Amino acid sequence: MSATFLGMPGNFPENSAKAVQDSQLRFNLRKATHTIRGKRAGVVGELPDWQELRAAGKAIKDHTLRNLDRYLLQLEEAVTGAGGTVHWARDAAEANRIVTDLVKATGETEVVKVKSMATQEIELNQALAEHGITAYETDLAELIVQLGDDFPSHILVPAIHRNRSEIREIFLDRMPDAPRDLTDDPPALTEAARLHLRERFLRSKVAISGANFMVAETGTLVVLESEGNGRMCLSLPETLISVVGIEKLLPSWRDLEVFLQLLPRSSTGERMNPYTSMWTGSVEGQDFHLVLLDNGRTDVLADEVGRQALRCIRCSACLNVCPVYERAGGHAYGSVYPGPIGAILTPQLRGMSSELDASLPFASSLCGACYEVCPVAIDIPEVLVDLRAKAPHAAAERAGMKVAGWILNDHNRLARAQRAATRVRGFVPKRLPGPLSAWTDTRDVPEIPEESFRDWWERNERA
Amino acid sequence: MQVALFITCVNDTLFPGTGKAVVSLLRRLGCDVDFPAAQTCCGQMHVNTGYREEGVRLARHFTEVFAGYDAVVAPSGSCAAMVREQYPKLAKPGSRGAAAIAEVAPKVYELSEFLIDVLKVEDVGAYFPHRVTYHPTCHSLRGLHLGDRPTRLLRNVRGLELVPLPGSEECCGFGGTFAVKNPAVSAAMGADKTRNILDTGAEVLCAADNSCLMHIGGTLRRQKTGVRTMHLAEILASTEETQ
Repeated sequence: MSATFLGMPGNFPENSAKAVQDSQLRFNLRKATHTIRGKRAGVVGELPDWQELRAAGKAIKDHTLRNLDRYLLQLEEAVTGAGGTVHWARDAAEANRIVTDLVKATGETEVVKVKSMATQEIELNQALAEHGITAYETDLAELIVQLGDDFPSHILVPAIHRNRSEIREIFLDRMPDAPRDLTDDPPALTEAARLHLRERFLRSKVAISGANFMVAETGTLVVLESEGNGRMCLSLPETLISVVGIEKLLPSWRDLEVFLQLLPRSSTGERMNPYTSMWTGSVEGQDFHLVLLDNGRTDVLADEVGRQALRCIRCSACLNVCPVYERAGGHAYGSVYPGPIGAILTPQLRGMSSELDASLPFASSLCGACYEVCPVAIDIPEVLVDLRAKAPHAAAERAGMKVAGWILNDHNRLARAQRAATRVRGFVPKRLPGPLSAWTDTRDVPEIPEESFRDWWERNERA
Repeated sequence: MQVALFITCVNDTLFPGTGKAVVSLLRRLGCDVDFPAAQTCCGQMHVNTGYREEGVRLARHFTEVFAGYDAVVAPSGSCAAMVREQYPKLAKPGSRGAAAIAEVAPKVYELSEFLIDVLKVEDVGAYFPHRVTYHPTCHSLRGLHLGDRPTRLLRNVRGLELVPLPGSEECCGFGGTFAVKNPAVSAAMGADKTRNILDTGAEVLCAADNSCLMHIGGTLRRQKTGVRTMHLAEILASTEETQ
């Protein structure tokens, strides 16, 4: 069973400090993120109207979020009309209880799962396990994470931190039907997983999924994937339960057209993903349940600056260009949502009462690369800065910043401080004490000049 | 043309040579340079670290000091981006503050923007016979969208050999208080940046922001690489006489 992120100790600076020591991890991350980054740049660059598409994506999401109440009711009506059942879940506990009860009602003790961020967010697998129900991940990377009792570290490629020899070890150790002579050749690894999963698809009576999009006008759910394992889960079992965040809504099929272009190009760097599954209500006698998940989203919607995070379509383009993610890895963020989007989403969904969550808005150099690639133009640096103002600050830092603000607010005070600094030039140690040692551990301090610019100007020009 | 120099607090305090270079460069190009003495800091450190109240106070001070000038030139992409991109988000729409910002912000230029877009010069008559590589800092690249303006200016410097920097668009890891709040990641980013700089074989690393150069230069000096860091203004101000 996978471990859980909730209640994880530590904070981002400590977690990432450990991660940067791991040269294998840094090599894996660099190689993987730079490869996807390059593919994305290629397929985005070939579209002359990418910026217009991006603006359309943003506008459609903003319109939907402004009218979310109306569109959700329209969706409920359409899904119900097509023979599905809609459930409303205020939070993770309620969603987990609804899903557990639905599975229990089938009498089954095993379910297969389509890769889904929403069910990771609410830690559904753990909740089901407490009731004797085993959930099997069927996405290859999620399977690797699950078999390894591990945490996902990337939204699109959850096992990005693993290389193929590690995956071979995990399969040999934890997958009973893995061939004993398994090599670390990628086709051999996927073949082993395919045989292992095929067995599960044919046996399971219940499947659980999320969705990339929900179309309000028809009640259609949409899943984009690469492997086809999702489609197996969606179509074979007798019961399908989909847990979907309320912000995944789109008003119409026309709107979907924009996102079917934005998502694959931004996430896997493909013009189109191999499998797109769409279903409306109960299909061919399959019992269909839709669990609409809030879990903090309406609170995010109430925040004027932060609400843009709800436009996110979970493409991970921001992770793949983020220099901080590339060095820190996904686990340092302590959430199923790592990287830049995680740094703005997690503190909003979970609050900033834990040390870890309060450190996330600061896990960025504000370089802006994330905003530039975001297919729905989420201004991540803007939200980070806004969250930093709401985050708790250490008393010593607060005092220091107050003093700095006082000095900087008056040019005479600033000039006096500069002259005081000039008097101690030559006495500045190579290693500074206290929090400033964070600077001098790896860098020299700049030399304090003989005279500030303003004093030079005063002496030479003012006369 | 009358120009107000916004020196920025970092340059004022730690890199006065950059300010002197801007003054001599702009005068050489026929500008009348004024230094409003009451200026202090744009407030970026406070705003970006979550101290909005202090930051807003400094932003108000900035708009008061620089109101009435036709052009304000800052030798910093980051501080110019703060004023142009972030100031408008600090004031309530329709307020007096918002009006003051709308008045001042569009007149604030980063140095290379001012030279190319306002003065319309690409050859500033500089001479600097060295091998130089250029790091486009994040806020000048993705905030102000300076594009190739700085390198167009550098290509016109006589004697200067400009070598491309691999991975140039990646952040150096400074990020203001990020450098001390997340020192491990900041240092790892800085180490990758310095490796790329050393690979170019350049004698000088040039950028439009001394704050980033303070971080990269501090790392280069700690590693005893011998590579110098220089602000764009200092290279553009160099002539045969100063060499």
